[in-house]
Amino acid sequence: MIDWGWVGDHLGAILGRTVQHLELAAIAVAVGFAISFGLGLLAISYRRTYPLFSGIAGILYTIPSLAVFAALVSVTGLSIYTAEIPLIAYTLVILVRSIVAGFDSVPRDVLEAADGMGYNRRERFRRIVLPLSVPLMVAGLRLASVSSIGLVTISATLGASFGGLGFFIFEGYHREFPTEILVGAVPSIVLAIVVDIAFVRVQRRLTPWAQEQEVRRDTWEGLPSGPSVGF
Amino acid sequence: MIDWLLDPVHWSGSDGIPIRLFEQVAISGASLLIAALVALPVGLWIGHTGRAANLAINIANIGRAIPSLAAIGIIAPITQAFDPELGFKVYPTLFAMVILAIPPILVNAYAGVSGVDRELVEAARGMGFRERQILARIEAPIALPVIAGGLRSATVQVIATATLGALFGFGGLGRYLVDGVAQNDDGQIFGGVFLVAALALLAEGGFALLQRVLTSPGLRLAQSSAETPSA
Amino acid sequence: MARTLEWRTRTGVDTDHGRAATVEFDHVSKVYGPVSARARRAGSPPAPGAVNDLSLAIPAGAICVLVGPSGCGKTTSLKMVNRLIEPTSGRILLGGIDAATRELTDLRRGIGYVIQQTGLFPHQTIVENVGTVPRLLGWPAARIKERSEELLGLVGLDPAKYAGRFPSQLSGGERQRVGVARALAADPPIMLMDEPFGAVDPIVRERLQDEFLRLQEDIAKTILFVTHDIDEAIKMGDLVAVFQQGGRVAQFGTPTELLASPASDFVARFVGADRGLKRLSLSRVRDISLQPAVIGRLGEPAGEARRRALADPLPYLLLVDGLERPVGWLRDIEIDGDGVLTEAMAIPMSPLLSPETTLKDALSMMLDADVHTGIVVDRTGRVSGLVTTESIGGFLRETAVGATPAPEQDAP
Repeated sequence: MIDWGWVGDHLGAILGRTVQHLELAAIAVAVGFAISFGLGLLAISYRRTYPLFSGIAGILYTIPSLAVFAALVSVTGLSIYTAEIPLIAYTLVILVRSIVAGFDSVPRDVLEAADGMGYNRRERFRRIVLPLSVPLMVAGLRLASVSSIGLVTISATLGASFGGLGFFIFEGYHREFPTEILVGAVPSIVLAIVVDIAFVRVQRRLTPWAQEQEVRRDTWEGLPSGPSVGF
Repeated sequence: MIDWLLDPVHWSGSDGIPIRLFEQVAISGASLLIAALVALPVGLWIGHTGRAANLAINIANIGRAIPSLAAIGIIAPITQAFDPELGFKVYPTLFAMVILAIPPILVNAYAGVSGVDRELVEAARGMGFRERQILARIEAPIALPVIAGGLRSATVQVIATATLGALFGFGGLGRYLVDGVAQNDDGQIFGGVFLVAALALLAEGGFALLQRVLTSPGLRLAQSSAETPSA
Repeated sequence: MARTLEWRTRTGVDTDHGRAATVEFDHVSKVYGPVSARARRAGSPPAPGAVNDLSLAIPAGAICVLVGPSGCGKTTSLKMVNRLIEPTSGRILLGGIDAATRELTDLRRGIGYVIQQTGLFPHQTIVENVGTVPRLLGWPAARIKERSEELLGLVGLDPAKYAGRFPSQLSGGERQRVGVARALAADPPIMLMDEPFGAVDPIVRERLQDEFLRLQEDIAKTILFVTHDIDEAIKMGDLVAVFQQGGRVAQFGTPTELLASPASDFVARFVGADRGLKRLSLSRVRDISLQPAVIGRLGEPAGEARRRALADPLPYLLLVDGLERPVGWLRDIEIDGDGVLTEAMAIPMSPLLSPETTLKDALSMMLDADVHTGIVVDRTGRVSGLVTTESIGGFLRETAVGATPAPEQDAP
């Protein structure tokens, strides 16, 4: 069923696509995190902005990524933006929620203790709020990264210069060549799982005070209504 | 988009909106049903006993990491070998959507049940409830809002993501996105997006309503009075 | 089914659902974790909650309080009765029948269970909560409803007002009452209560305790009651078992025995340095012999009364009305030789005590009024005698006789 000869001949292309896959996902998560952090600060400073954002995110989340990629072609042409804008947009849905949830997860008594000891607002944020919101932020990053890796495969609908490993899935399908489909599908699954596990490790290392239990569960409980984007 | 939606031509025939809508609902409904049949019993059981919870949650997390497109791609060559027709058009999408739907259903069922106050469970046990009765009469009703939340988020994800099936020969509303791109027909793309989003939001609203109806008023009251205990 | 149950309830001969049953711990131990011989030899302390060779016999209809510091095994002992925890060794006999031989859920449905957090089901109404065990037992709906409402009334909650509410709409004290009502629903012969009043504030707790003691006079269940509060133990218990670390019972006896003669330094420390005062709260005015009062009636010739008063060591005459109800005191040497006794001559009253007043309250009232004597009156208000601070002291000395291993701190 699998044409190993074809696989052997295309090792270079597979490697190249893997690198492209990671690149597209990494840019999306990095830019998305920067924007989300800003939006998160805005949300905790001006509480009224948050429901608005949640509402928009909720609707964005019902729009199939397939359509978003297609719709952008008429706006941005076939550039890197066409691929990245949707990827970044979907990471925002996840990251803003997890960042705000992280800020909100700091117990009130801890904040009061900090105020009582004379922290000013800036110090309190940097020394107390930020470190304590790391677990939920990393949980959000984990979800956003895994989701982006999935979405990158769909950007292959934009053409041969995008899609990372998803390119092989599409080309294999059009050529009715199962080996190529699998060459796209299996590594992209492996990539997603490896990144997922890597983040669990990072979560544990960054938050020695959190119990194993929390690390495992906060990914869903911190984002109770923040489902992962369909990918 | 509005012109496209209002054009009576698009509302009839084998390629008409009613048929596509039906296909979308059917694949989403079937995959959610299968996922619920698998994930609910497992989630409730590990939530009640606490046994094998880590294993099940880790598997669910891995399931969440799998890109849907890759899941379709990896299963297509296999099911196609057994059934050239459905094995190519239906099963891969169905399989990928089941994988997509299981993690939120499973994790929320587990989190909901294991989150029920252990004192309550012990009180029930001490009064002579059998284990099955504890799960059915105490834990499940109390965990219901969380369990329904998992189903709700799975439903929205599946409806939006099942559009990917159109890339692999399945019908459904995704057809309009794929064909719209191929034919450079923005009206068709946005019409499709509108239908998918409307369906997803409708399903979400339906679930929210169901959740409200099924949740005991005692739990709602408990939640609203959690911050200001009654005198 | 329902007919049988009704019959059982009425006759009370069945161990499942009747008035009360004996509870007996027979060399019961609970060991946690794999206890290796090496750990034993090394003398490592037992895990918290362990129970070591517990033997207690609790007569039917008594309240037995298990009290001790946390981790001493009192809750473990309680939970071994309804087998939420299985003993490692030994037997627990309920009404003479080994609990281990009973079908598990059957056993538990026949034992009332009340816990500190009440364990009320938040998704069910109050009346549904109370009807829990009858429903498990398959009673017909009408009978469950009738019984639930009856019980709500019994614990002082108006069914018309409370039946349809949810637990979150009740105060802490009301929830505890519902918890008690729920435990009583199937008329179990035995009740287990695990710090049932621990989660409410002291004032509500005291009221719940009083109400529960009154309720117990009617229902007369055998009750195992866990608390870490020695005052609650002394107040609630017919019998008290004091647990100490390692799951051993340091002393088992009536509250009076415990206070009058603690079996060890641990018990003496645990019951507290004020145990003399605590004993006073256990005894009532009727328990001590009253001093006779020298009485003068309104309208009586004063000279005669003065002579009677001077003949008595107490320098006061108690003035009473025609129905022998106290009016006030007269100082003997200040009574004029002529005329009659009138109300205007009387100086302020001592506190009035009833035979039911505890000695602690009596003493406190006397101290408040800055007098040494309290007047005891019966139900109709007639004087029946006097209590003095000396007679209370004498009572303490008497009941402690031959029972004081600890150093002299007990002497008044």
